[in-house]
Amino acid sequence: MFSNLRSLWIVFLHLFRKRETVEYPEEKTELPARWRGRIVLTRDPDYEERCVGCYLCAAACPVDCISLQATEDENGRRYPEFFRINFSRCIFCGYCEEACPTYAIQLIPDFEMAEYDRQNLVYEKEDLLIEGQGKYHGYNFYKEAGVDFGVKKKGEGENENKPVDVRKLMP
Amino acid sequence: MAKIIIDNKEYESDESKNLLEACLSLGLDLPYFCWHPELDSIGACRQCAVIKYKDEDDTKGKLVMACLEPVTDKVRISLEVDEAKQFRADNIEALMINHPHDCPVCDEGGECHLQDMTVMSGHNYRRYRFKKRTHTNQYLGPFINHEMNRCIQCYRCVRFYKDYAGGKDLDVFGAHDDIYFGRHEPGTLENEFSGNLVEICPTGVFTDKTLKKHYTRKWDLTNAPSVCHNCGLGCNIIASERYGGIRRILSRYNGDVNGYFLCDRGRFGYEYVNSKKRIQFPFKKQNNSLVQIEKKQAIQEIRKVAEGKKLIGIGSPKASLESNFLLRQWVGAKNFYAGIPETEGKLIQKVIEIVKSGKVNVPSLNEVKSYDAVFILGEDVTNTAPMLALNLRQAVRNTPKEQAAGLNIPVWNDAAVREVVQGNTGPFYIAAAQATKLDEVATQTYRAHPDDVARLGQAVAHAINPELPETDCSKEAGKLAESIAGALLDAKKPLIVAGTSLYSRAIIEAAANIAFALKEKEKDAGLFYVAPEVNSVGLFLISDKFLDQAFENVNQNDDAVLIVLENDLYRRTDKNSVDNFLQDYNDIIVLAYLENATTQHATYVLPAGTFAEADGTVINNEGRAQRFYQVHVPENDVESSWKWLQEIMPVGTAESTIHFENIVYNLVKTFPDLEGIQSVAPPADYRKGTQKIPREPHRYTGRTAMHTNINVSEPKPPEDTDSALSFTMEGYSGIPTAAITPFYWSPGWNSAQAINKYQIEVGGELHGGNSGVRLFDKKNSNIGYFKNITKTFSPQKGEWYALPLYHIFGSDELSAQSPAVNERLPKPYIALNNSDAWEAGVKEGDLLGIVLQGETLKLPVKLNTGLTKGTIGLPKGLKETVGTRFPFWITFKKIKDE
Amino acid sequence: MNEGVLHTLVAFGILVVLLTIAAGLIWLERRLLALWQDRYGPNRVGPFGLFQVMADMIKIFFKEDWIPGFADKKVFVIAPAMLVITILMSFAIVPFTPEIMVVDLNIGILFFLAMSSLGAYSVVLGGWSSNNKYSLLGAIRGAAQMISYEVFMGMSLMGVVIMAGSLNMTDIVIAQKKMWFIIPQFIGFVIFFIGGVAEAHRLPFDIVEAESELIAGYHSEYSGLKFGLFFVGEYLGITLISALITTLFFGGWLGFGFLPPVFWFLLKTFAFIMVFILLRAALPRPRYDQLMSLGWKILLPLSLLNLLVTGAIVLYFQ
Repeated sequence: MFSNLRSLWIVFLHLFRKRETVEYPEEKTELPARWRGRIVLTRDPDYEERCVGCYLCAAACPVDCISLQATEDENGRRYPEFFRINFSRCIFCGYCEEACPTYAIQLIPDFEMAEYDRQNLVYEKEDLLIEGQGKYHGYNFYKEAGVDFGVKKKGEGENENKPVDVRKLMP
Repeated sequence: MAKIIIDNKEYESDESKNLLEACLSLGLDLPYFCWHPELDSIGACRQCAVIKYKDEDDTKGKLVMACLEPVTDKVRISLEVDEAKQFRADNIEALMINHPHDCPVCDEGGECHLQDMTVMSGHNYRRYRFKKRTHTNQYLGPFINHEMNRCIQCYRCVRFYKDYAGGKDLDVFGAHDDIYFGRHEPGTLENEFSGNLVEICPTGVFTDKTLKKHYTRKWDLTNAPSVCHNCGLGCNIIASERYGGIRRILSRYNGDVNGYFLCDRGRFGYEYVNSKKRIQFPFKKQNNSLVQIEKKQAIQEIRKVAEGKKLIGIGSPKASLESNFLLRQWVGAKNFYAGIPETEGKLIQKVIEIVKSGKVNVPSLNEVKSYDAVFILGEDVTNTAPMLALNLRQAVRNTPKEQAAGLNIPVWNDAAVREVVQGNTGPFYIAAAQATKLDEVATQTYRAHPDDVARLGQAVAHAINPELPETDCSKEAGKLAESIAGALLDAKKPLIVAGTSLYSRAIIEAAANIAFALKEKEKDAGLFYVAPEVNSVGLFLISDKFLDQAFENVNQNDDAVLIVLENDLYRRTDKNSVDNFLQDYNDIIVLAYLENATTQHATYVLPAGTFAEADGTVINNEGRAQRFYQVHVPENDVESSWKWLQEIMPVGTAESTIHFENIVYNLVKTFPDLEGIQSVAPPADYRKGTQKIPREPHRYTGRTAMHTNINVSEPKPPEDTDSALSFTMEGYSGIPTAAITPFYWSPGWNSAQAINKYQIEVGGELHGGNSGVRLFDKKNSNIGYFKNITKTFSPQKGEWYALPLYHIFGSDELSAQSPAVNERLPKPYIALNNSDAWEAGVKEGDLLGIVLQGETLKLPVKLNTGLTKGTIGLPKGLKETVGTRFPFWITFKKIKDE
Repeated sequence: MNEGVLHTLVAFGILVVLLTIAAGLIWLERRLLALWQDRYGPNRVGPFGLFQVMADMIKIFFKEDWIPGFADKKVFVIAPAMLVITILMSFAIVPFTPEIMVVDLNIGILFFLAMSSLGAYSVVLGGWSSNNKYSLLGAIRGAAQMISYEVFMGMSLMGVVIMAGSLNMTDIVIAQKKMWFIIPQFIGFVIFFIGGVAEAHRLPFDIVEAESELIAGYHSEYSGLKFGLFFVGEYLGITLISALITTLFFGGWLGFGFLPPVFWFLLKTFAFIMVFILLRAALPRPRYDQLMSLGWKILLPLSLLNLLVTGAIVLYFQ
């Protein structure tokens, strides 16, 4: 009984508190760099697409709103032929970024992407791909991977020995 | 059965197995790499380590490889004890030291046995900080991609390719940690079964190059249990689709048909489905060219055209039983023709007659492996029924393997068994018109004209059963016949293989005679006939009229409508007679997959579904009916032919509205012999619990984005009213019955090796029984010996007897139109007997001119093909030789070099 | 002007004012709740967000007038109307000032109790006709709650009646000229207040709706204008209970001379409305069984005791 009265009194006192609300369009808050907003595709330090079309983002997506098709260039380098995110379904959970092995897909602190027409929330690769590296600098997956897709020769990547000469006789 | 104790729990297991098989059969998860149920154990990878205890009091035990330990009664082992677990984790850590950071761009990712086993073993953090060993890759042809860095040296690839499939051009090179698996130089892998490396390799060293071009992860594929349409064996496949295109074919295990493997034609010959030449919408002939029209318009116009007119139907051995039957019902039995020329059709009828009689056992494809003496008559099985060749190679080893058994070496101990067997082969005789690839494992070969092959067969039959008419043949042949007869009689299970490929009825009869004679000698003899196409047998079970008869009857019906079902008549017989035939019809309706010569003459072309877009039943060479399921619903107008037929039939026809199952029901009512096809698949209203079986794995992605480029509102997923499968990812997620298993997946087992979980015991039957129903297991007629003996072949001066030479890549119409297979097509040639060539003064590569169907062709000479004197060989089914009706007499002219 | 016309005009005026207040309360509640929760509440539409109500009204008017196919259509339509009608009828006996009132009934309090009993039908029928299990559960709870609390709500008023010696509302107000009944009838006031909250099924006693358990309780299936009626009915209920508390315990229109009586009345009423809103902001919803045991085990004996003591004292001083 008393505790009820007490909470009534405490709530009543909130009449004199400062309000927490940020009056958004007039007043804007600073969003942290890791804020999960609009999704972008980034480029590696050599200005090539980072996405290798591995489908892990699509697999991680709980609402299945990412769809892509991998293809390869004349060197065999994998990249997405199309990459589509349906933002009308996206819940900005960031799992795609977490799943991405190449830092290609990143969520950035931009949320002002409302549309009157739902169709406009379907973003294709051209809409997603940005010019820079995003939050993570200096990483180029194809230099770490073992494959030779025209980025580095076999054995020239990070942590790689020269290719084995199968014909050598040394023990 | 033996009692085995695993982690203090008692289980029962078969004593003929090793512990790894036993553990896997019991559903326990024990990681492994080098072991494969077909390749058995060699203990190369050290991954399946367990602790084995001496007795109950032994607390320490010793570390053993489960794949190399036999199951013995009361054997006591532990999988879970720390030492074993630690060993397995350490082992995989060592295997992973040089494994590259490739998974995101590796086609094996998501269905990788190495990934699964790494997770299972608990290795999750890389401690090794030094540099990785790298390898260069090789070009291995249009089918297989090579990425050697990923190799973990399990030896599975060479064990399959060299030891199992008899390949010559893949081997292991180098030493210690530099071991390299590849060819001696970059080049196309020549073996016909190279595609199995994709499934055999536990990681991504060998991957499917056709999949690579339109790569999709396993979890994103819509799959359907299907049946390979590229030859008459009816191997089981899993066909997979994404974004409206077929992406790849995997082997679907069937212990009664193909087992674990597939040939390259079956695996890579699927891409014609995605071809640009595919007919996707109805077309109508206007001003001599085909114009696309609306489906509704097509149906209305065709109905009007066909109204009240006499209809002639041409069936097809590529179309399902249901489509053929529905056409037969519509046009009437007397106007329905099988769509195969008489020369071939009569042979198939003969085969059916013999197989149906049930006089001797007709083994299933997989059962072939259990025979210990083989006699092939006339058939080049590597090219006409490739998977049969693979299984015959295993049968060859049965007799020498007995030696190993005598030494107390268990059959699963592959390395030891091979040490004993060495290169020895069991009795294996080939009588053929030319050299074949299996000759290398043959005890003896006999090369002769088909008639003489048949005569040898009759001589063998006579040698077994002297009551049979005697054949007077050469001394040499007589001796050979004696020794073949002896070997067959000595064997426990002799197998006779023959087929229709040489268009020789005598060969088929001779093969039957030998088998019958062996049967009379109380031998467990087998008789295996190769059928030319996927539904050849099925087609002749519901029709008995040939294409030639259709041609003859043409003039009597002036104003008739011709309906051609999934059949390119220009491939069946010569151009002139087809031209004449088609000219006599004003209205020709063609249901076809791809643009071809026949569609050019059609007034209406309707887009028929291939195995990817259609449902149906087909009957293979042994009389096994199997159901194939639609993989996806395409966005164009392609659908099953029987659906098209239902739509263009006059409104109100009983057949026009009935359900798939009622078509089957009517079919069985008309042909009571085919009763078995009703139980080939679970009915359409079959549910597991309350649920359908999903075609898509539960991790299928992109549902809410893949169609949004067209419209952000997602469409309703298509419904499948014809089967118990659904086109979505919703439904029963456990192990369904074998006939409707669309893909293999089990928790922790993402790779194709998940098949272990679908089998009752490893390498055995699937849950719910292997799919397919054998229609002719009842003995229903007493067929007698065939006593006609053909005359021996005598070469003609200046004229040659042309025989068809088959090619795994090229002789089949549809698979040859897949880009990858197309790269492997042989160049057209004319094969000559060496002494004939010498007499004619031609050398290898010289151009010879021949006249085929009124056209002069210049073809280079090919020698050393083993053809006998007086015969020449022409590749069957290539663009240049298409429509040629073998065999025939021909002359050639040497063309002088300019 | 004719007496009858004037009377009709007054009655009509009261109706308009009441509905305006009820609508305004929607805005007021949202603003006050926000204030107590350190927010702003609706402040975008018009000055101080005042036109928010208009916007909401427009929205609710234009919503599809939808009746579920499985509902009992006639009852489904009548139920929300009943709520509003009974509450508005109750207002007939409230004396805003000696001049401004619809009817000066001798049995004023009885009339109010009768009307509020009828109000229970609205909830029960609305929930029942929706043909939805959550609605029905809400309705059953509503029936139990409203009937139970009706009993001692009536009882608690009897002290006031005894002291004033009349059931007539005007008489009761006049009887408070010396002293507001809040002082002698404090217990009665507390019981009536709690009963009133329950009767108006306001938070914390909104277990007929209990959105965390029953979706939206008895009006789960309602939408559009019919839902709007339930919504407005709730605010009318608050206003009614506040007006009655003012009349019965706080001397109605009585006040100091420098302001007109109607102002005093409204001032007091609004104070109680704000208390109602504060309750919503501060208190959690009790469990259903707790609510019932509070009613029958504590409030009923207490109200009987209050009646007994009041009666005894009044008798003693006579």
